[in-house]
Amino acid sequence: MSRDAVLASIRRGLRRGPLPDDIAAALRGRLAAHPRHLIPARSMLAHAEQVTLFIANVEKEFGTVTRVPDMDAVPDAVADYLASQNLPGELVMAPHPELRSIEWSVRPLLRVREGRATPNDAVSLQHAFAGIAETGTLMLPSSPERPTTLNVLAETEVVLLRASRIVGAYEDAWDLLRAEIGAMPRNVMLVTGPSRSADIEQTLELGAHGPRRLHVVVVGQ
Amino acid sequence: MHLATSPAFKQNARRALADPGLQKALARSGTSFIARRAAAAAALPEFEQLRDIARDIKDHTLAHLDFYLEEYEARMKAAGGTVHWCATADEARSAVLEICRTAGARTVTKGKSMISEELSLNEHLEQHGIQPVETDLGEYILQLRHEVPSHILAPAFHLNREDWEAQFRASHTELPADRIFHERRDILTEARARLRQRFLAADVGITGANFLIAETGSSVIVTNEGNGDLTQTLPRVHIVLGSIEKIVPTIEDCTSLLRVLARSATGQDFSVYTTFSTGARRPGDLDGPDGYHVVLVDNGRSAMLGTEFQDMLRCIRCAACMNHCPVYGAVGGHAYGWVYPGPMGSVLTPALIGVDQAGLLPNASTFCGKCESVCPVKIPLPGLMRHWREREFERHLTPPVQRRNLALWGWFARRPAMYRVVTRAAAASLGWFGRQRGRFARLPMAGGWTAGRDLPAPEGDTFFARYARAQRRGRVG
Repeated sequence: MSRDAVLASIRRGLRRGPLPDDIAAALRGRLAAHPRHLIPARSMLAHAEQVTLFIANVEKEFGTVTRVPDMDAVPDAVADYLASQNLPGELVMAPHPELRSIEWSVRPLLRVREGRATPNDAVSLQHAFAGIAETGTLMLPSSPERPTTLNVLAETEVVLLRASRIVGAYEDAWDLLRAEIGAMPRNVMLVTGPSRSADIEQTLELGAHGPRRLHVVVVGQ
Repeated sequence: MHLATSPAFKQNARRALADPGLQKALARSGTSFIARRAAAAAALPEFEQLRDIARDIKDHTLAHLDFYLEEYEARMKAAGGTVHWCATADEARSAVLEICRTAGARTVTKGKSMISEELSLNEHLEQHGIQPVETDLGEYILQLRHEVPSHILAPAFHLNREDWEAQFRASHTELPADRIFHERRDILTEARARLRQRFLAADVGITGANFLIAETGSSVIVTNEGNGDLTQTLPRVHIVLGSIEKIVPTIEDCTSLLRVLARSATGQDFSVYTTFSTGARRPGDLDGPDGYHVVLVDNGRSAMLGTEFQDMLRCIRCAACMNHCPVYGAVGGHAYGWVYPGPMGSVLTPALIGVDQAGLLPNASTFCGKCESVCPVKIPLPGLMRHWREREFERHLTPPVQRRNLALWGWFARRPAMYRVVTRAAAASLGWFGRQRGRFARLPMAGGWTAGRDLPAPEGDTFFARYARAQRRGRVG
């Protein structure tokens, strides 16, 4: 069986048999403790500064950001953004409780559908689990409330992120995920800006296969 | 497998040097990667420390590779995935085909995967009636042109904009032939529209893996285009092609490697999409594949463990070595004749297809050391190339003329007094003849060398003489 052949070949190279129990136990301990390595100092800031750094990094990576004080201001922020981009007021929204609780009827021209994205959806609205200030990265784990297709199919992705969910480093976001979700979700996307390609003459062009526009609505302080 | 043209490296290189389109592409792209990486590294004060950490994580993993692979397998199975262990390329091809057949697949979308190139997977699927569709923009045009990648990160590195336009006009015949591509973006938009239907129609999606995580049983892909995510999210079945050295213990280990990967590769702080996949669709999920398979490929890697080439297994495929290599910059990737070009290819290719096939590659280096100095996991690439040269020499694969010259040099080198007399005479005479121009465009018996470049004239003195003089003056430096 190839499994045995590969493992035997590895052990032959390492000049040993299967690991002794004590070493295997130590390695299992390392897996369970998943120790952190050096974390760059750039994101070790007070929370308000982490929010500022997050926004600056999203914009550096060609994303856009609107800040609003509370959830009541979200429909206006979304509708105004779409209007500013000359986009139709129609979107597919993640069936996340926080998004569902928003009073969308205050903007009657905005048509909101819940569910996964289809090829006909031009705009999606996703709910972010966390924001990572270090590089302006959104953490988007899959779940029934956060379909993955919302992150990849629409030309324009709008993401709602509570400012309180912005952390410094990637490791902080993973710790949040371990604490609140537990087991690894089927899919976790770390998204930094809209899609792009530099395959033509090594020159960066935005709008490859994923969203051409990424807009983050940051809610609260 | 692709028939390697590595044994014909010299002819390949000669052809590459005379190819105006390729030389134009190389001249344009040559410096941009270098500048972007330098800027990204300079912007992160901890970058050098992170390179040491990245190296140590990989060394730790390789020393316990069997353990971490078994842990990875257990977690991945618990998450509902299936592992297919494959010792050889043949086994891996068969495993992929079998999964596709079981899924009743007619078309397969693919994210960029160098393992797939190693397996010549597309040819294999086509032979068995399954249509593979490359979705990475660079891979897409290469599939249209029936070419292989010339760079592990930017597969179409060797093409110019006019090649893109010509190929799209030739292949996308349903569009008006007289359409105008005003800018590069128009080319991108056309490919996006074409591939959109392919993404939606595919039965199976195949991606590579930048990392496999033992702690969680996850596979990780890193892309900028989003094609990998469409490939693994829309079809019914997701197949991951991962080689055994892609394993890392924990998410934290993976995170530390990611911090040096994008910076070394494209000079980005982080790639646009870094995606962790763990098994198939869960209860209640509205999307995602129903089946999740990982084809775990050895194909010669385990045999590198415990040899002087083990360090090569640290490679995270960032391409910084080839981006900084003067040889790659002169001849491009196709000249190397197999899947992996540049310095990392010059070390890896002889290990995977044999030094008898690829022995010329580790010789195609000036040993300038730039590759090692930028490698995010600090692989001693010139040292490893030197090991291959030794093996080649030991196995009498080196050409007779070269062996004779080496023997001659060795004879002098073991007789220091005579060595100095001869080198002093050579330096003095070359210095005298070259005193006008400071370099030689042509030299007797070195026509092959000077055909492509000039030899700088020595300044009339040997290093030994200068060193001795400096020491007498009481300063060495």
